[in-house]
Amino acid sequence: MKRRTFLKGTVAGGMLGVAASAGLLAPRMVLAAWPEKAFKAKTVDDALNALLGTSDLSESGDIKIKAPDIAENGAVVPITVSTDMKADSISVVIAKNPSPLACSFDLGSNTLGFVSTRVKMGKTSDLIAVVKSGGKLHSAKKTVKVTIGGCGG
Amino acid sequence: MAKKKIRIRAKLKGDVAEVKALMSHPMETGLRKNKKTGKKIPAHFIKEVICEHKGNKVLVANWSVAVSKNPYLSFKFKGAAKGDMVKISWSDNKGSTASAEAKIG
Repeated sequence: MKRRTFLKGTVAGGMLGVAASAGLLAPRMVLAAWPEKAFKAKTVDDALNALLGTSDLSESGDIKIKAPDIAENGAVVPITVSTDMKADSISVVIAKNPSPLACSFDLGSNTLGFVSTRVKMGKTSDLIAVVKSGGKLHSAKKTVKVTIGGCGG
Repeated sequence: MAKKKIRIRAKLKGDVAEVKALMSHPMETGLRKNKKTGKKIPAHFIKEVICEHKGNKVLVANWSVAVSKNPYLSFKFKGAAKGDMVKISWSDNKGSTASAEAKIG
């Protein structure tokens, strides 16, 4: 069954013009860079201190968070963060998750201030987008109501 | 091997390339319990995703277990031309890795 889905995926991928080189090109491991301490932190401030060196946020109207007001399924909450600032990094913090820091993106010099992904939320909570720009942290908040949690099942 | 899959779509709009990627991965939190045995299902998640264009890292994502199962990722960058390749690779907490390349259309 697994082999079948793999083959199917490869064919579909080929049609999309995708070179599915699964496992052949091993990416260079940069695991040391993974900020374990920040991801293990239990509070928003601790996580930001560990990740970015400060938890000093200034609210900015220039950061847009696109996320649902009410998420029926906390396991899959689509979120898009965009900003017109020259962003060095964008981090997503979910205040009431067991470990608040959900994900963090380091952006290259040509990369626009835009990331979109899907996250899990344990319960109704604030989503905080933290944008690092010019050595300062800017943030925006949005509350998402969760009717079924995505952590712990 | 079936799990090591990344699907990428990259499109050029004006001077901005928009990349969308879908990876298949269980993204287990380590908090969930197996209902039959009551034992915790160990955490298994993608830690790092690296997106490259012409050898430059355009985006490095550090993820925790709070990213949803079968993660979706989208981002935009400048300086790409039609026909350029975008490479995305991930590595997870169990040391597995995968990578894929796609042409910007």
